Amino acid sequence: MDSELRELYQQVILDHNKSPRNFKKLDDANHHAEGHNPLCGDHLDIYLQLEHDVVKDISFIGNGCAISKSSASLMTAIVKGKTKEEAEHLFEKFHNLVTGKLKDADEIEALGKLAVFQGVHEFPARVKCASLAWHTLHVALNNTEEKISTE
Amino acid sequence: MLTDVKTLDVQKIRKDFPILNTLVHGKPLVYFDNAATTQKPLCVIQKEEEYYKTLNSNIHRGVHSLSQKATTAYEQAREKVLRFINASRLSEIVITKGTTDSINLVASSFGKKFIKEGDEIIISHLEHHSNIVPWQLLCEEKGAKLKVIPINDKGEIIFEAFEKLISDKTKFISVVYVSNSLGTVNPVKEIIQLAHSKNIPVLIDAAQAIQHFKIDVQELDCDFLAFSGHKLYAPTGVGILYGKEKYLEEMPPYQGGGDMIASVTFEKTTYNSLPYKFEAGTPNIAGVIGMGTAIDYLNETGMDLISSYEKDLFEYANTKLSSVEKLTPIGTAENKLSVFSFALEGIHPHDIGTILDFDGIAIRTGHHCTQPVMQRFGIPATARISLSFYNTKEEIDFTADALKKVFEVFG
Repeated sequence: MDSELRELYQQVILDHNKSPRNFKKLDDANHHAEGHNPLCGDHLDIYLQLEHDVVKDISFIGNGCAISKSSASLMTAIVKGKTKEEAEHLFEKFHNLVTGKLKDADEIEALGKLAVFQGVHEFPARVKCASLAWHTLHVALNNTEEKISTE
Repeated sequence: MLTDVKTLDVQKIRKDFPILNTLVHGKPLVYFDNAATTQKPLCVIQKEEEYYKTLNSNIHRGVHSLSQKATTAYEQAREKVLRFINASRLSEIVITKGTTDSINLVASSFGKKFIKEGDEIIISHLEHHSNIVPWQLLCEEKGAKLKVIPINDKGEIIFEAFEKLISDKTKFISVVYVSNSLGTVNPVKEIIQLAHSKNIPVLIDAAQAIQHFKIDVQELDCDFLAFSGHKLYAPTGVGILYGKEKYLEEMPPYQGGGDMIASVTFEKTTYNSLPYKFEAGTPNIAGVIGMGTAIDYLNETGMDLISSYEKDLFEYANTKLSSVEKLTPIGTAENKLSVFSFALEGIHPHDIGTILDFDGIAIRTGHHCTQPVMQRFGIPATARISLSFYNTKEEIDFTADALKKVFEVFG
């Protein structure tokens, strides 16, 4: 198989696509946002339980490709327990990673499991798939109850 | 005496389309996104180049030679369109930017004059967004109602439901000939006959029909027919609105500007005659002339030959691809052409698209600008293979194998 393709569909991504973590509606959520990508019809809801600017709990539900679903799943796993500020900072790093702007090997490594999305920058059409969950998280953190779109 | 049955020489045809030599990820391009746009034969590409090299000037304006020659070439393209769809009057061939522009023209202009509060407009559940949104905008503005012909599980319109939808309030019907997301061929002739028995005008969206079979507007008796050049092997940015003169005459201009006027003073402007009343501003002259060349090319190749080749190819694709394990075809209408939409168990269409691309196979994935169709089938998107007469059975075999590889990636 093509190595670039394997780089995109890494085992971690396939695993999170198959068994997404935190894939449910959070009943006691106090923040929520809905995101969609009109280009492909991907759609997801992010639920947050935010206490004193700390993400106590987070979940998502939605429909999307392997990249968007696994990105949402990994994001929820990593953001849980982080402060709002830390989450926003990760979003920035992640965005730079998938758009190919983050090149420093140490900085990439510091992203932990999120580094598996590095291959996405080779696929401009798929950047939106990877970043949809993060854009939606950003809106949920700031509690604007609007629908967000990656278009 | 035996007569020779003419068949299409696909290898010869493929040589006419330079882009088919392209390599994608090191593999020969398999272009299966023809419903989005078709590739252009060399003669069309050369015609556009030739125009800019030898004829470029504005039309319907200058007395100088170049302008006259450009005007002649442009008007010849209109005549080619007229013959291609067997219209009877040049006044009925309006040149637009494409299908979307053509439909917006009718919704806006016909709507302004003839649609009133409480009136009803009928479309079908199979429509592309471009045959939904212009009518919604009109209905919102006028306080009219949009009625939708439902479809069954095969993706066919339910004709009996259509009969029940028609009432004294129905003032316009706009339906697609061939569905871009499912390939369903609608019984437009029957729709038109029933509508005409109640004096209701009908627009046919032929964006996915005009390139596949011969359309005769007089025989069909549609009141309007809309299509794009770029899906007819011609450049992007040009299209056609055929309209019956009796309606076009009564309809107010769509856009104001140059070319659509007879005389202008600050007190009163009088409009140009048909079809120019609807053609404001400088058009895509090279594109229109290129569309004429595309029509010549299709005529020389033979629309009947194209239709029979594509029918055979589609049947082959339908059988071959439907047999791929864990593949579900979406839309299984009895009368269907060119489009094979499908889902693979547990794999999102977007991932299918990316993986096939690595084998050089270009397919469309998404909702195909027909979100209501996706909602009807309870899916967010499909993967879509759409065929042209330059595609081959070998390409279909290759794709069927590539689809099996998608499962390898996903383990």
